[in-house]
Formats: sequence, structure tokens, C-alpha cells
Amino acid sequence: MIVLTSEAVAAGELLGEAPSPRARTTRAQPRKRAPGPSRRGILGFAVPVALLVVWEGLGRTGLAAPNLLPTPTAVLDTLGGLVLSGELFGHILVTFARVAAGFALGTAAATALGALTGYSAFYRLLLDPLIQGLRSVPSLAWVPLFVLWLGIFETSKIALVAAGVFFPVYLNLMSGIHGVDRKLVEVGRMYGLRGLGLVRRVLVPATLPAYIVGLRSGLGLGWMFVLAAEFMGASEGLGYLLIDGQMTGRPAAIIGGVILFAVFGKLTDALLARGTRPFLAWQDSFAARREREDA
Amino acid sequence: MLSVDRVSKRFDSGLLALDAATLEVARGEILAVVGTSGCGKSTLLRLIGGLEVPSAGEVRIGGRIVDGPHPEIGFVFQEPRLMPWLKLDDNVTFGLAGERRARRARAEELLQEVGLADFADALPQALSGGMAQRAAIARALATEPSVLLLDEPFSALDAFTRAALQDHLLRVWERHRPTMVLVTHDIEEALALGDRVVVMRGRPGRIVHDIAIGETRPRARTSARFQRLKEDILEALQLVPA
Repeated sequence: MIVLTSEAVAAGELLGEAPSPRARTTRAQPRKRAPGPSRRGILGFAVPVALLVVWEGLGRTGLAAPNLLPTPTAVLDTLGGLVLSGELFGHILVTFARVAAGFALGTAAATALGALTGYSAFYRLLLDPLIQGLRSVPSLAWVPLFVLWLGIFETSKIALVAAGVFFPVYLNLMSGIHGVDRKLVEVGRMYGLRGLGLVRRVLVPATLPAYIVGLRSGLGLGWMFVLAAEFMGASEGLGYLLIDGQMTGRPAAIIGGVILFAVFGKLTDALLARGTRPFLAWQDSFAARREREDA
Repeated sequence: MLSVDRVSKRFDSGLLALDAATLEVARGEILAVVGTSGCGKSTLLRLIGGLEVPSAGEVRIGGRIVDGPHPEIGFVFQEPRLMPWLKLDDNVTFGLAGERRARRARAEELLQEVGLADFADALPQALSGGMAQRAAIARALATEPSVLLLDEPFSALDAFTRAALQDHLLRVWERHRPTMVLVTHDIEEALALGDRVVVMRGRPGRIVHDIAIGETRPRARTSARFQRLKEDILEALQLVPA
């Protein structure tokens, strides 16, 4: 749950800004000897494990009321039961499918529009103010409208996820393209590149880092929005598991659902980070190093 | 070979950066252009390279009017401007089309020439400033340009690296004999490398002096003639009282 919260905060922070190309090319100071990869991994588990132990202890000694804070073993029991009944797999699959479809749609729209407004000053002037205006609408405000337009089933849920994914991807791509070093573009022009050639050989590679940051924060928001979508009325999915746990007074199911969100949010982000790492190998900035270590 | 005929450049801001500049550069000649900052010397070079369009007059290379970047022209900028995501071999052959293996072979040849043979697979971030600038020179040579334009190429380097790269540039020139225009604010650099030195003064940018050096290279920077020419140029720049 801690992970989920920090993801959400990070996603929010990333919304507004792409790393400037200047910051990206700044040379990093040689860093102090960091712990090796395996030790770093272990370090990240230390605090959660300690918390689990304390938490279990609180439950066992009766300091925490089991109807409010069930012990980790009780949570595990509940999840185990859901796995055995075959129910859990279905919930996970449905939520994954919603996130995947929403992420694909949101990313596709954001990529098309972001490329257009990033590349062309005319379209930036024409469209960007509108998009920025829409961005300042609290995204959950769309829920009633989407339900009205698209019904209460899958379409409106996917649309909401897509709306969440759209803005960080759009913003990072647009400002990424906009911020590409004019001097590198000039080298491209010097070698007769223009139009698509210039896009392919200079603009795309130069923009990829910002774009990938956008994808990662978009995915984070996608997980947030799928929960909101499933809260507004669903009969399946991890969000439904949470609501159902609340309705039927099963705190272990709620906590189990929260933990699953944390696990899957982190897992998909790590996969995305790993999958995109080859494109970022050339980066030599403090942030890039941090991100590499992060994944 | 290269002619600049009454070329003026007025920017959109209204600034007249260059006022009716006229120049002739012979084939294989090294022309050094010196001037204080803001005198329009970089603008002149960018006009020759086709990166800017003249407001009046015309630039010709081998009789053909320059109306944009052209493979006959190689350009070395003040900064290396290597693509940070490309390994050095792909960076130096950035301007070449064709099959990957042929480009790789050409890249190795070019890198060899600038003493970076071992760095074909390195990313630009791994290079020092001097190495990166040598790679930039290799990239400019890749298309075998007949005209090589250099815009203060060594100004960001320390004195030792700068001297080494100046020698290096001369060796490259001896091998390929391109027509070279070197813009610099370093008078000694201009005198050490140029067959001719043109002095510019702002604003608006005008060519005020054209001095033939007519002496073989390498030149002793301590000779009396060298010192006298240096004084002449300082005077033309109005940096010392006449």
C-alpha cells in the first residue's frame, strides 16, 4: 500500500514537466560506490518486512482489533481462499484487461496529439490551450458523463482509464519534442534532413526519454483510474473486491485488494521500465541513473 | 571556387547582422575570419553553409548558388553536436546513406584519421571535449566536402588541446585539400592556420580588412612578422589605439 501511494504521488508530480534536454545531457558526478544490485534489492524489502512483523505482532497481542486491522496472515488466508475458489484470477484478469485497453487507447491518442502539437507551432497554438484546459478538470468529474455516454459497462471504464493515461503521456511528449536541442536539429538540416527524415533520425530519439517518463506516469495513473472506474459500479475486478469487502465487512479482503494493487502497479511499472531501458542507455544524467536503479 | 557577392543579412528582429560582404576564396585555400563577438562572422559562415538565407546578394560555390545545406559543404560547429544516442561510428557517418556494413567501414576509416579508432562503439558521453570535437571533424569529412566551414571549432577547448587540434586540422587539410573557412576570435589561431585573414567589425557586420599571409606552415608564432601581423589585426579591430 505504501508503494501504491508513492506511485500515485510520483505520477502526479511527473504530470507537469518533462526533464529538459539540458538536464538530460548534463554529466553526472561520478557517484560513490553504491551497494551491488542484490543488496540494493534486499534494502527495499527491509522496511515492508519490518512493518509486516510489527503488524502481525499487534494483531496477535490483541492491540489491534481484528475487525479493523486483520493480521497479515489473515489477509493471506483470505487471498488464498480467493485463489482456491478460482475467483481471484478472474478479478485480476478483468482489471488488467481494463488497464491494458485504457493504456493503449490513451497512449495512442496522446502520441498522435502530442506529436502534432510538439512538432507544429500552429497546432500547438490551436489545440494545446484546449487540452491544458481539459487537464485542469478533476478527472473523476468525467465519470457521470462517461457513464451517460458510454453506459455502465466496459466502455466507460476503459474510457476513464484512457483519460487518465492521456494527459501525462501527451504533456511529456509535447514538451519533449518542443525541448529538443535546436543545435542537433540543425546538424540534421546540415545533412539535408527534413520532414519525416528529421523526425525519424533526430526528433524521435531525442524525445524518447521524455516520452517514456510520460508512459510510466500514464501507467501509474491508469491503475489509479481503473480503481475509480471499478468503484463506480462493477461486478468484477480488483476494485470490486475492495467495495465488496467493505459491503460485507471483510477487512482482510480490502487489505488484500490494496496489496494486489500495489504489487501489480509496481510490477507493470518495472516491466515498462525494463522494456524501455535499451532506448535510454545513452542517457548520462543523475535522473537517468536513478531511474535505472529504480527499476 | 567560393564567392560571397554583396551578401547582407537582416534578421526578423530588424538587426542588420551582415552588410554587403564580398569575398572570394580560391580552391584549397584556408581563409580565417576574425572579429569580436557580434560582428557577424558566424552569420557569414552560416550563410555560406546554407543554414541562413541572405537578405540580399548571393553565395556561390563552384558557380552554383547556395540556397540551402548541400553535401559539398561540411560544417563544424562550436560545440561537437554529436547525437548523444548514437555510437561514434553512427555519429561520424550521420550524413551518409547506404548499407550498414559499408558505413561501418567508412566510419572506421574516418575515426582512424582523427585518432579515435578505438572509440567506434563508444557513446559521445564517454568522450572528452577534444575527442568529441575531433569526432565532429570526422563527421564533417564523411561526405568528402569540397568546402569545410568551421565556426570557432576550438574555442571551448583548453589551450593544449586547442593547439593539438589546430595541428590536427592542418594535417586533415593537407590530405584532402578542402577549401576552408575558419571563423575564430583567436587572432593567433587565424595567423597560424590561414592563408588569408579577413577582419570583420560590427555592427552592422562588415569586412574591414583582408590580409594575405603568404607564408608556409607550420609557422613560428614568435617570429617578428607574426607579431607584426598580429598588431595589424588588433589595430584593424580597433582594439589598440592606431
